Amino acid sequence: MTSDVPLLAVRDLTIEFATRRGTVRAVQHVDVTVGKGETLGIVGESGSGKSVTSYAVMRILDRAGQIAGGSIRFGGIDVGAASEREVRDLRGREISMIFQNPRAALNPIRKVGKQIEDVLLQHVQATRSDVKDKAVEALRRVHIANPEERYHAYPFELSGGMCQRVVIALALACRPQLLIADEPTTGLDVTTQKAVMDLVVDLTRARGMSTILITHDLGLAAAYCDRVVVMEKGRVVETAPSRQIFAAPAHPYTRKLMKATPRLGIGLRDLLPDEHSSPPPTGGRSAALRTSGDNGSAAAAEIPRYPTADDLRSSDPPPAGEGKPLLIVENLVKEYPRNALKGSLAKFFGRKAEEEKPFRAVGGISFTIARGESVGLVGESGCGKSTTSMMVMRLIDKTTGKIAFDGADIGAIAAKQFATHPMRKRIQMVFQDPTDSLNPRFTASRAIADPLMRLGGIKHGAALRARCEELATQVGLPVALLDRFPHQLSGGQKARVGIARAIALRPELIVLDEPTAALDVSVQAVVLNLLQDLKAELGMSYLFVSHDLNVVRLLCDRVIVMQAGEIVEHGSSDDVLSAPKTDYVRELLAAIPHPAGTA
Amino acid sequence: MGIAPKVRRLWQGCAGAMPTLRTRHVVVTAMLRKIGKRLATVIPSLVGVIVVTFLLTRVLPGDTAAYFAGPAASAQAIEDVRKQLGLDRPLSEQFIRYVSDLAHGDLGKSLTTGQSVTADIAARLPASAELTLLGLVAAMLIAVPLGIVAAVRQGSPVDHACRIVATAGVSLPVFFTGLLLSYVFYYRLGWAAEPLGRLSFLYAPPPTITGFYLIDSLIARDFELFRAAASQLVLPVATLAIFSLAPIARMTRASMLAVLASDFVRTARAGGLSPGTVVMTYAFRNAMLPVVTTLGMVFSFLLGANVLVEKVFAWPGIGSYAVEALIASDFAPVQGFVLTMAAIYVLLNLAIDLIYGVIDPRVRIEA
Amino acid sequence: MTEAVRIDPVEVAPAAMPGARAAAASQPSVLRHAVYVIGQNPVTGLAFGLFLLIVLCAIFGPLIAPYDPLASDTDAAYQAPSAAHWFGTDQLGRDILSRVIAATRLDLTIAVFSVALVFLLGGVSGVMAGFFGGWTDRIVGRLIDTIMAFPLFVLAMGIVAALGNTVTNIVLATAIVNFPLYARVARAEANVRRDAGFVQAARLCGNGELRIVLTQILPNVMPIMVVQMSLTMGYAILNAAGLSFIGLGVRPPTPEWGIMVAEGAADMVSGKWWIAFFPGGALMLAVFCFNLLGDGLRDIVDPQRRT
Repeated sequence: MTSDVPLLAVRDLTIEFATRRGTVRAVQHVDVTVGKGETLGIVGESGSGKSVTSYAVMRILDRAGQIAGGSIRFGGIDVGAASEREVRDLRGREISMIFQNPRAALNPIRKVGKQIEDVLLQHVQATRSDVKDKAVEALRRVHIANPEERYHAYPFELSGGMCQRVVIALALACRPQLLIADEPTTGLDVTTQKAVMDLVVDLTRARGMSTILITHDLGLAAAYCDRVVVMEKGRVVETAPSRQIFAAPAHPYTRKLMKATPRLGIGLRDLLPDEHSSPPPTGGRSAALRTSGDNGSAAAAEIPRYPTADDLRSSDPPPAGEGKPLLIVENLVKEYPRNALKGSLAKFFGRKAEEEKPFRAVGGISFTIARGESVGLVGESGCGKSTTSMMVMRLIDKTTGKIAFDGADIGAIAAKQFATHPMRKRIQMVFQDPTDSLNPRFTASRAIADPLMRLGGIKHGAALRARCEELATQVGLPVALLDRFPHQLSGGQKARVGIARAIALRPELIVLDEPTAALDVSVQAVVLNLLQDLKAELGMSYLFVSHDLNVVRLLCDRVIVMQAGEIVEHGSSDDVLSAPKTDYVRELLAAIPHPAGTA
Repeated sequence: MGIAPKVRRLWQGCAGAMPTLRTRHVVVTAMLRKIGKRLATVIPSLVGVIVVTFLLTRVLPGDTAAYFAGPAASAQAIEDVRKQLGLDRPLSEQFIRYVSDLAHGDLGKSLTTGQSVTADIAARLPASAELTLLGLVAAMLIAVPLGIVAAVRQGSPVDHACRIVATAGVSLPVFFTGLLLSYVFYYRLGWAAEPLGRLSFLYAPPPTITGFYLIDSLIARDFELFRAAASQLVLPVATLAIFSLAPIARMTRASMLAVLASDFVRTARAGGLSPGTVVMTYAFRNAMLPVVTTLGMVFSFLLGANVLVEKVFAWPGIGSYAVEALIASDFAPVQGFVLTMAAIYVLLNLAIDLIYGVIDPRVRIEA
Repeated sequence: MTEAVRIDPVEVAPAAMPGARAAAASQPSVLRHAVYVIGQNPVTGLAFGLFLLIVLCAIFGPLIAPYDPLASDTDAAYQAPSAAHWFGTDQLGRDILSRVIAATRLDLTIAVFSVALVFLLGGVSGVMAGFFGGWTDRIVGRLIDTIMAFPLFVLAMGIVAALGNTVTNIVLATAIVNFPLYARVARAEANVRRDAGFVQAARLCGNGELRIVLTQILPNVMPIMVVQMSLTMGYAILNAAGLSFIGLGVRPPTPEWGIMVAEGAADMVSGKWWIAFFPGGALMLAVFCFNLLGDGLRDIVDPQRRT
C-alpha cells in the first residue's frame, strides 16, 4: 500500500504559539509520514498537539502560531516555505480537511450547494455552466438522497449526520490526494459515527486517497487505520502498524492508553496502568489507587502507586445486593407542550388549527434499583435518558407516573420544593461537565461545603473544614488544592470535587449523568475505579446514565436501554451486552469500533 | 440582454431559491404569517407610547391647564383651556378623548406659532429627516469599511485607528463636535457655510415635493440651489456622522472578528477559497446580521442627537421646534414632538426587523 | 483550535504568573490580577489616573479653584486664556477654570446617583426576571419594551419637561432611560446561568431559589454589572449635559459643563472659542475616562470578552 516516496513527509516539526503567558511549544520535533493510499491515525489526548500538526500541514494555524523548526513536504512541495498563493492552491484541491461539529463548519446563510460550487470554481474544476451539476454530483457521491433538492438546503435544515456528509462532499469535491479528518465523529451517536466513518473510508479507499484520521478514540483508530501515530504533550511517542500497536504496544504511554480504553473482555481494574514503584502508603489499596495522577497535578505530594490487576482482583466488591428496591419508577411520563401560539394565530388567519400533540420525551417507563446496585441507563441522544434522570433527581417535574424512594412517593413533591425537603440529601448527582457544575466564584472547599452547610448541619468552623478535608482525601483530591478556584484545577481534579460534593451527605442513591464523558481516557479509568470503590465503601446505589456501552458494562450490574422515550431492553449487563435480544441493541453493539481481530 | 429575460432569470432564481422541501404556497403563507406576527407586536409598543405620553402630560406639577394656557394667560383663559382639554373630567374620560384626538391627527395648538401642532410638525419633519438620513448614510459608508478592514488586518494602523474612533467617538458630546466643526471650518478656515439653517438667506427654497431640499432642487433642475443646500448640510451631517460612526464601527469590527474566528470561515480557508471570497461572501454577509439589529439602537441615539445638532446649527426641524417651545413654556408642541418621534422610531424598528427577517434565511424559512 | 493554549493550568499558572499565586483567599488575587492587567495595558492605567483626578476635583473643587465660580467681573469679560485666567473668562467675566472645576462636582453627582439608581432598579429586576422567568419576566420585559419604544434622549426630554426643571428630575430621567440597557444585561446573564450545572448542583445541596439568586447568581453577575456601570456613568454625564444644553434641568448661573457649552455656543462661532471649548473638553475627557475604565474593567473581569 505504501510506495517509497511518501505523499506527506513531516520532519522534525516544531510549532510555537505566542500566548499571554509567553511562548508555548505545542508540537516538538514531530515526524509523521503518510504514503499514497494509506490511512494514518494520529491518536492522543487533549493537549497532545495532534490537531495543531494537521493545521500546520494546511497552513491554517492561528495568527499566534508559527512553525519554528522542521519541514513539511507534500508531494515534493515545501509547504512551510511556499507562498500564500501556492498554499491556497493546495488547500481544497490537493489536501482537504473535515472538522468536528459539522453544522458549525458550514456557512449558515449560504445554501450547501452553493458552498460546494465555491470550492469547485475556485480551483477551476468546473465552469459556470456545469458547476451546478458537478455540485449535485458531489452530493450524490456522499449518498445524500435527492441531491437536486438538498442542493437548495441551508445547514440548519439538515440533521447532524447529513451536515457531516455535506462537509465530506465539500472536502472531496476537487478530488484531493490527502484528506485530513480532525475528530470527525466526536459528538455524534455511535450509529451515526459508524455510518460517517464507513463513508469516509469507502470514498477514500475507492480512489486511492490517503487519509489522516485524528482522534482520541483508540478503538476508532484501530478499526479504520493502517498505521497509527501516538502523540503525547506535543511529541510523537510511537509509530507503528495498527495491529502491532494494539497487540504489542511498545511505549509506556501507549500501553497506558490501551489499558485505559474500555473494551470487551476486561474488568474495571484492568483499565489502570500496571507499573508500580513503592509499597502503598497507609490507608490500604484504595488510598493508593486514589492518588494515581491525572493530567499533572503538580501539587500532589503523595507518591502514586499503581496496583496491578492481580493485586486488586481478589478485593473486587461482591455482586449487587438483593433486597427491597430502593427506587421504584412506575409508568413515568414526561411531555412537553408544543407551541400554543401557532395554533391561535392560525385560527386568526382563518385556517384550521392543526392539533399539535405534545412532545413525549419519556413515554411511560418503569424500572427499579435495589440497594447497593448499579444500574446503567443507556441510549443515543434524544432517547429520554437525561430527562428520566432529571425526574428521578427531582430537578424537573414529571407529567404522570410514580417515583417512590424507600417507600416514600417523592414524585408527588414539586421540584421547586424538593430542595428544602429532608429527602433531598438522600439522592445526589454527579454532573457531566465538571467545569459547568462548579460555581466559578467558589473555591473547591466552598463547593464541597455547600451541602454540608445547607443540609448536613455543619454550618461553619473547624468541623466544616475537617469534614471537607476528609471528603477530599476520600476522593483522592490533595488537600492543598481545596482553596483553589475551578479555573485553576485540571479536568480530573474538578471531577473529583464534584464527586466529593455528591457524597458529602452520604446519600443512598447517586445519579451519574455521563460523569466521564468530558475526561481524557486515562483520567476516565481512574475516576471510574474511584466511583466503584466509593460505592462499595459507602453502600450507595448508582443510576449511571451514559451513551458509552463499554463504560456501562464495566461499572453496572444491570442495564436499561432506551430509545425514543421507551425502554427497549433491560437485564443484567452481561446478558444484554453479550447476547442482546433486540435488533436495536445489536445495532448499537455492532457500531462500536474495535481493533480488527480483537472482537 | 434585454429586460424581460433578466426579469425571468431573476424570478426563476427567486423561485428556485425557495426551499424545494415545501410548496411555494406554504412558504408565502408562512411569510405573511410572520409579517402579521411582527406587525402585531408593534401595537403594544404604540399603545405603550400613547399611554406614557398621556401620563407625562397629565403628570405636570401644578396646574396642567396653566401649562397649556401658557405663562401669559389670564385666569379666564386658563379656565377655557381647562374646559377645552377636558381637564376637569375623570382621567379615563380624558384618555379616551386624547386617543380620539390622536386618531384625528389633532395634537393640539402651539401658542408660539399659533398653528396646529400637527401642521407645524408636518412642515418641519422633512428638514430633520434629510439631516438624519444623510448622517446615517455617511456614517455607514465610513464605519462599515473601517470595521471590516480593522478586523481583517488586526493590529495594523487601521485597526488602531478604528478602536480609537470607536472609543473616542462615543465620548464626544455631539453638540460639542458641532461647535468645534463650526469653529474650525467656518470661522477659522472659511471653507464651510455659515451655520444658520438650511439655506443662506440669498436663496429661496425649492417648490416642495418631498420636502428634501436636495431632491426638490434636483427635480426643479436648479443646480445652484442644490449646491447651496448641500453646502449648508455639510457641517451638520458631518457632526451626526461622526457621532454615529463610533457604535457602527465598533459593532462591525466586533462582529467581523467573531465571524472570522468561526468554524465555517475556517472551512472556507481550508477549502482554499480566495481571501476576497472568504472576507466578503462568507465573513461579511454573516457579520452584517448583528450590525443590522443594532441599527435600531443607533437610530435611538441619532434621533436624540438630532435635537442637539438642530440647536447648534439653527436647523428648522422638529427638534429645534420642540426646544423653542420648551423655552417658551409652550407645552403642546413638546408633547407632539415626543409622540411623533416615538411613533417614527417604532416604525423604524419594525422596518429593521422585517429587513432582517428577509436577509437571514434562518428567520425567513420557518423550521 | 489552539490546543496548545489549553495547557493544564496547574502547571502553567504558578510559574508564569508570580503575581497571581492565588492559592489563598480571593481578595488579594483580584487586586493582583488588576495590577497585572494595568501593567500590561497602559491606557487603562491612564484611565485610572484620570478617574482619580476627576474624583479629586469633585471632592476638593472649591479648595482648588483659583476664583469664585460665581463671581462676575464685567471688566474682565471675554478674556482669552492667559496666565491670570488659564481658561479665560466668559461674557460675565467669570473665570472658566474655576467654573469647570466646580462643575465637576455637579456632573459627577448626577452621574453617580443616576447609575446607583439604575443599578438597583434595573440590576435587581433584571436578575429576577432572568432567573425566575414567568410573570416577573413578562412584566419586566413589558417595561423594557415600553421605555425602548422611545428614542432615549427624547424620552428624557419629555420626562424632565413634564416633571419640572430640577436636578433631581435629571437624575430620575437618566435612570429611567438607562433602565432597559441594565435590565437586559442583568436578565441575559441571569438567564444563561439559570440552568447552569452549578445552579442545579446548588439545588441538590438544599439551596432554595432565593438563596441561589443571592449566593450563586449575583456574585457571578456582579462583575459584568460593574463594567456596565462604568460605561453608563459616561452616558449619564453626556445625557445630563445634553439636557442642560437645551435648557432643561440646570439653570444659570449654576456651573455645569453642558450649560456652560450652551452659554458659549454663540460666541464660539464668532471667535471666542475658549468659553465653550474648555467645558466641552472636560466633558469629553470625563466620558472618555469612564469608557476606558469600563473597557479596562472588562479585561480584568472577563478577559474572553475583550474587544
